[in-house]
Amino acid sequence: MIQLEGVTVRKGDTLILDAISVTLTERRIGIIGANGSGKSTFARLLNGLERPTTGTVRVDGQPTDRKSPLGKVGFVFQNPDNQIVMPLVDEDLAFGLRKSGLSKFEIGARVRSHLDRFGLTHLSERRTHELSGGEKQLVALIGVLVMEPAIIVLDEPTTLLDLRNRRILVSFLDRLDQTLIVVSHDLELMASMDRLIWIDERRIRGDGDAGDIVRAYREAIATEPC
Amino acid sequence: MLTSDYVPGDSAVHRARPLIKVGLLFVFCTWLFLQEGWLSLSVAGMALAALLAVARIPPRMVFAAVRPALWVLGLIFLAQLFLADWRFAGFVVLRFAVMILAASLLTLTTRTSDLVEAIEGALSQFLPQRSAEAISLALSLCLRFIPRVRDIFDEVKNAQRARGLGTSWRALVTPTIVRALKSADEIARAIVARSPGPADGPAMPDGRHVR
Repeated sequence: MIQLEGVTVRKGDTLILDAISVTLTERRIGIIGANGSGKSTFARLLNGLERPTTGTVRVDGQPTDRKSPLGKVGFVFQNPDNQIVMPLVDEDLAFGLRKSGLSKFEIGARVRSHLDRFGLTHLSERRTHELSGGEKQLVALIGVLVMEPAIIVLDEPTTLLDLRNRRILVSFLDRLDQTLIVVSHDLELMASMDRLIWIDERRIRGDGDAGDIVRAYREAIATEPC
Repeated sequence: MLTSDYVPGDSAVHRARPLIKVGLLFVFCTWLFLQEGWLSLSVAGMALAALLAVARIPPRMVFAAVRPALWVLGLIFLAQLFLADWRFAGFVVLRFAVMILAASLLTLTTRTSDLVEAIEGALSQFLPQRSAEAISLALSLCLRFIPRVRDIFDEVKNAQRARGLGTSWRALVTPTIVRALKSADEIARAIVARSPGPADGPAMPDGRHVR
């Protein structure tokens, strides 16, 4: 469970998020909002990559400013090119495990089992810079999954994907047991969530059933002056 | 040599310990640099060719390893042509080419993670563990992101061409550096997010440690 209590984020004179209070308990939670609304900052608060200027963020009761939730909360960045840090796929998947206390053999076994599980064993020794956009996004996701986090936050995971790769990624997400918190403009994906939070102008404007929020969001966008 | 073009294999060259390969490369290049006869260069070239054959490195990979350095070799040839004669210029260029290929044999037959681990192990004999880790991580990031920076450069170049800006170096270099630095910030965040570890682990772009 993740709790945000009176969270405000300010960078210099700019207010990014304003007095956000919310408790996240559902298994699949979506976050929508316009560009610059603060939703990516919201996502980064959840695993300690951002810290609130005021207020607290707790993951399973632990404040993120005292003990890092990074082990519990995995984070998939929007651009996998910035997340994949090793030259070969299996080296990259092993990257996060290098300080886990596991032996080299155990790390290799865990990487192989995750590649097997998602039918991606053929990518094991591929050079990461030669992967397609869809393959990179999947490798970035598996790089987080090998850490076995209880919660995964995905920042616009389908934005850079074509329709085919989007479908593959969504079917991947459907197969995960973890709690998923997905930030996205992809309204079809968002409509399938258990709960949807709409962030607008630094505050939560809507929170509830995904279908209802998507409808309200569409109506609001349609009536806004261009 | 500075790209990671590892060719999977199970040859004796692949199986050799990375640190031994690094040591042999150092000895080989130093020895070759001190030679001035065609005989020693021929012996070195044949030995290298034999190792490339044992490792079953495809000829196109061998050429790809030297190709980025061709213009530098060309400049060296011209300089030596001016300073000495064509025979010596040819000798110097071939000697450099053999050295580059020898270095490439190392990266073509050694996984980056193994190489980095070996270097980290060697450095930790002389440096604090954290410094050794930082240097080895920087090395692996260089290998990973050289192609990425090249991609950014190509994207910027094509965008500038599309806008009719021709070959203005300022218009090419400035956006490339800005984009590379923005990527670097995001990469630093990703490394932190993917590195659960002790409180003195990697720092965020703003310098703070998240653990």
